[in-house]
Amino acid sequence: MDLQMLTYIIVGLTFALYIGIAIWARAGSTQEFYVAGGGVSPLANGMATAADWMSAASFISMAGLISFMGYDGSVYLMGWTGGYVLLALCLAPYLRKFGKFTVPDFIGDRYYSQTARTVAVICAILISFVYVAGQMRGVGVVFSRFLEVDITTGVVVGMAVVFFYAVLGGMKGITYTQVAQYCVLIFAYLVPAIFISLMVTGNPIPQLGFGSTIEGTDVSLLDKLDGLSKELGFAEYTNGTKSMADIFAITAALMVGTAGLPHVIVRFFTVPRVRDARISAGWALIFIMFLYTTAPAIAAFARYNMVNTLNGPDHQGTLVSEAPTWVKNWEKTGLIKHEDKNGDGRMFYSGDARNEMTIDRDIMVLANPEIAKLPDWVIALVAAGAIAAALSTAAGLLLVISTSISHDLLKRNLMPNISDKAELRYARGAAAVAICVAGYLGINPPGFVAEVVAFAFGLAAASFFPAIILGIFYKKMNKEGAIAGMLAGMVFTIGYIIYFKGIFITPMAANIPANWWLGISPEGIGTVGMLVNFVVAFLVSKVTKEVPQDVQEIVESIRYPKGSGAATHH
Amino acid sequence: MAFQNKEQAQAYWRENVSLMLKLLAVWFLVSFGAGILFVHQLNDIQFFGFKLGFWFAQQGSIYTFVLLIFVYVFKMNQLDQKYNVQED
Repeated sequence: MDLQMLTYIIVGLTFALYIGIAIWARAGSTQEFYVAGGGVSPLANGMATAADWMSAASFISMAGLISFMGYDGSVYLMGWTGGYVLLALCLAPYLRKFGKFTVPDFIGDRYYSQTARTVAVICAILISFVYVAGQMRGVGVVFSRFLEVDITTGVVVGMAVVFFYAVLGGMKGITYTQVAQYCVLIFAYLVPAIFISLMVTGNPIPQLGFGSTIEGTDVSLLDKLDGLSKELGFAEYTNGTKSMADIFAITAALMVGTAGLPHVIVRFFTVPRVRDARISAGWALIFIMFLYTTAPAIAAFARYNMVNTLNGPDHQGTLVSEAPTWVKNWEKTGLIKHEDKNGDGRMFYSGDARNEMTIDRDIMVLANPEIAKLPDWVIALVAAGAIAAALSTAAGLLLVISTSISHDLLKRNLMPNISDKAELRYARGAAAVAICVAGYLGINPPGFVAEVVAFAFGLAAASFFPAIILGIFYKKMNKEGAIAGMLAGMVFTIGYIIYFKGIFITPMAANIPANWWLGISPEGIGTVGMLVNFVVAFLVSKVTKEVPQDVQEIVESIRYPKGSGAATHH
Repeated sequence: MAFQNKEQAQAYWRENVSLMLKLLAVWFLVSFGAGILFVHQLNDIQFFGFKLGFWFAQQGSIYTFVLLIFVYVFKMNQLDQKYNVQED
């Protein structure tokens, strides 16, 4: 059986599984649609949160990025896991006790203001759309490479599957589908990692193999990579090139952004009790840990294998006529390019003028099993895992968009008198429209998807996180302070990113370290945006009206776990 | 609220916040401390084949994060019992 057939079978089986679960767990009420009836066990919720969180970016791109960035890639590892500590300790239990459906719900009620709610809704929708477009694109790339259909067909098939279970099942369907998707994606991620770790180092545990010596020699893998990198004109693998200030700022922006992402926060509304919200974050991080500690190992193995197969055992380059099949396969997608600069008929990869290869970082995880010559079923499994990662995240994001529209915008703002049934209809309609827009963005990516992802984290860090933290821990924070803080943080962050990245306009300055303020790149500027938000909020709250007594009592009550009840109606 | 009096409630909140700050200090030390600010100094130390600073940045900090959350859950459940505000 050939690879393509196998991929069809494995991907087809997983799709059948997701749809089966969706039919079994369809939602009957708005409560089931928004928060799965508030009755999901912490273990299942943790697994679903992990699948929700680990997107096409985590599964497909992250190890590839680390592979090229070495130590600098640590910003993603620490940033995207450290945020869970903030979530578990500072946000989840209190938001669960508060007992509403969404982040704009919390902002609107805590700050007793429709304006605050509206600002929060706009942020939530913006962040979610940016993300979901990237997921759809990920599905498209996998389909086009492994099933050899064009990207448009790939995106449409992905849209149809998500449509089916997100629109039908709401949060309940999504949660149970995500549990299945987690199992598929983690299996697909670990199997090739274990194989490759065995091949390179003889140690079956990638997390340990990554620090071991290369099979048959007494040189450790990381020392070898440092040496190879130097020889080829790259920065040392374990050192990187970014400045310490920038690494610090990017890590902080990703951590705080993680804790402020609406599709992650909403997860903690789906469990029955406050103590379940606490432990849910713990389970989620354990499940995330399996992938995130494997990723840097995959990155190192992939780097070693890739340099060796491209430059050949004698480091003189490989003849184009003898190019490995993975190079030929990926050249067809345009994600690998070879330009024979010195005309010797050989491919050569380096970090200096000798370099002849252009390699897209996103292909490393997908090409890794091919590079290591693993059996076809492993390659098919990786394709299914990548699709599971993209679909599970897309579904969670679509739910945030539809909830923001039907619940926060219509029910709580424009049409307060609509019935539960009508609200559910609007929620489904909004999810359907959101899927179509996301699909359109996936087929016609607005050219800056990669940049806008950093944008989403910066935005979440500079807007939601301070507003929620102050809402819980600072009773005297009033609506004027919170709104001014969110706006100031957002305007600052968006302004800085546009200044260097030039989204919609031409950049006003080159995006290079010499031009950056305090040496902080646009990826890390959300950290400064967050500080701006805190300071502005505090100053404004000092000179404006005090918080009403009843709101102060609400803040008091969310600090104690007793009497949380299920996520309630208003 | 299930507290006998206001002092009890305030004491619970103070213990809660102090636990949170202690754990956040560890969170900061392993990631921003060992993984970023002191990474070069720690890289001189070998740890199971890794440079220690590099290991914290790509492995150790993540394991510590998981541990921190579970310590927090355990301690908070104890605290809820102590002040009799645990859920059924």
